[in-house]
Amino acid sequence: MNVLDGIYLLLGLMFAAAAFYNLRDRSNPKRYRRALFWAFYSITFLFGSWLPPFLVGCLAIGMALLAGLGGLGKPGAAEPTEQERKAGAARFGNKLFVPALLIPLVTVLGTLLLQDFAPGGKPLVELKDATLVALGVSVVVALGAGVVMLSQPLAVPLTESRRLVDAVGPVVALPQLLAVLGAIFAVSGVGQVVAGLVGRFIPVDSALAVVSAYCIGMALFTLVMGNAFAAFPVMTAGIGLPLIVKLHGGDAAIMGAIGMLAGYSGTLMTPLAANFNIVPAALLELSDQNGVIKVQVPTGLALLLVNTLLMYFLVFRF
Amino acid sequence: MLTLVGIAIVILGFALRLNPLLVVVAAAVATGLAAGIDLVGIVSEFGRAFTQNRYMALVWLTLPVIGMLEKNGLKERAQALIARVGGATTGRVLTLYMFIRQLTASMGLTAFGGHAAMVRPLVAPMAEAAAENRYGVLPGKTRDLIRAHAAAADNMGLFYGEDIFIAIGSVLLIKAYLDQAGYPLTPLQIALWAIPTAVAAFVIHAFRLWRLDRRLQRELGKTP
Repeated sequence: MNVLDGIYLLLGLMFAAAAFYNLRDRSNPKRYRRALFWAFYSITFLFGSWLPPFLVGCLAIGMALLAGLGGLGKPGAAEPTEQERKAGAARFGNKLFVPALLIPLVTVLGTLLLQDFAPGGKPLVELKDATLVALGVSVVVALGAGVVMLSQPLAVPLTESRRLVDAVGPVVALPQLLAVLGAIFAVSGVGQVVAGLVGRFIPVDSALAVVSAYCIGMALFTLVMGNAFAAFPVMTAGIGLPLIVKLHGGDAAIMGAIGMLAGYSGTLMTPLAANFNIVPAALLELSDQNGVIKVQVPTGLALLLVNTLLMYFLVFRF
Repeated sequence: MLTLVGIAIVILGFALRLNPLLVVVAAAVATGLAAGIDLVGIVSEFGRAFTQNRYMALVWLTLPVIGMLEKNGLKERAQALIARVGGATTGRVLTLYMFIRQLTASMGLTAFGGHAAMVRPLVAPMAEAAAENRYGVLPGKTRDLIRAHAAAADNMGLFYGEDIFIAIGSVLLIKAYLDQAGYPLTPLQIALWAIPTAVAAFVIHAFRLWRLDRRLQRELGKTP
């Protein structure tokens, strides 16, 4: 068991608590379904590193079926009353900001420290995991500070996290499921088919047409895949390298850098980039799940135009 | 061509607002079947990728802290703080946050911010409070618009800041891909060319936030 597994354990316990509180919630006629949903999710964190993939796949698909067919009923956790919140704000004042700010500060500091911390030449945490582990540590620190400074009962963080995961709902698992879809697209060769389709309709003699096809293609592909990282290798192999760099003599660094950023316009505009667009809409309790995307579309389109022009004017000059 | 059935399911499912979890599972299973993978293989790949991507759920670990602070009036306190800043408007609060987010992300500090840790407990309440101080209680539609803009400001700062940092995932991906294609580059050569877009993104979005202020002014009436 590595350090990251320990942090997944905490997450598993948090979802287990959500399952437990929901199981006891008689105000929700579908409480068993809601409890089961969080219990399944909890198991994937508590035991995910050891369970066979087939079983985890069944749990994940079971979650989708529970949420999609029949639903989970209304969450029954009590919202903190206005009186409670006003009293807390008056009593604790700016102390309330301390735990909130400890999370980003400890995460950043922890990342920097963990990256260099290698007792006996063996790093305690793998480089790619440093931020994730630091985030876990920061939450433990902030939780400790919060419970002590605000003298809270120990159950409060659990009942409150249950209130919030229920408020966000099944969308909690959506980013992960979409990453799964991306993996299945990859093993099924979806990218190659799309690049082939795009590549067939470009007038290759025009430098502007080639650059536009690459940038717009990056954005469109990202729109469909939900992830610019998935679009980049496919579009660059299909259009970027053969047409912009080899045929028209463009600069590879500029093509790569601006091409990726053109893809981000797609990220701003797609529900498939759930962690950036759908999750915050749920987290902020917007009535429209596409509310964040609607706000981002004008900037996304403007930046796609800017990136296409930037690439056209820069890529052949350096 | 048949493997594109998954994309069709996703587009249709999201357009019809079906349950997104169910849509994704249906698309994954259909794509796998179309590619000739058997059902057990698909479910196994599903589980493998689900476990591998558990890190995406780590942001939820902040919820116990955020919930506890909210119960004790964190939002109210953030709102009281903004009320004391005379010149604060929704657009200015969000522009400042976007600037900080973009600056820290460009130094590789992408963990500084985020929708769960910063936007819900602090940034969105401050942006709402700045409008409430001027116009009183906000209609639900306006409140949703301001919150959506708060989430967008975080995305804008993160996306167009991080690519300037040389050791971020996207820059390393570009480098790795171009390396194996026969174009060896340093991360700095790539990160450098993200700067013009970063500036453009900030200018364009700051302009849109300025227009948001004008819209709030127009729709909600006079400054007291």
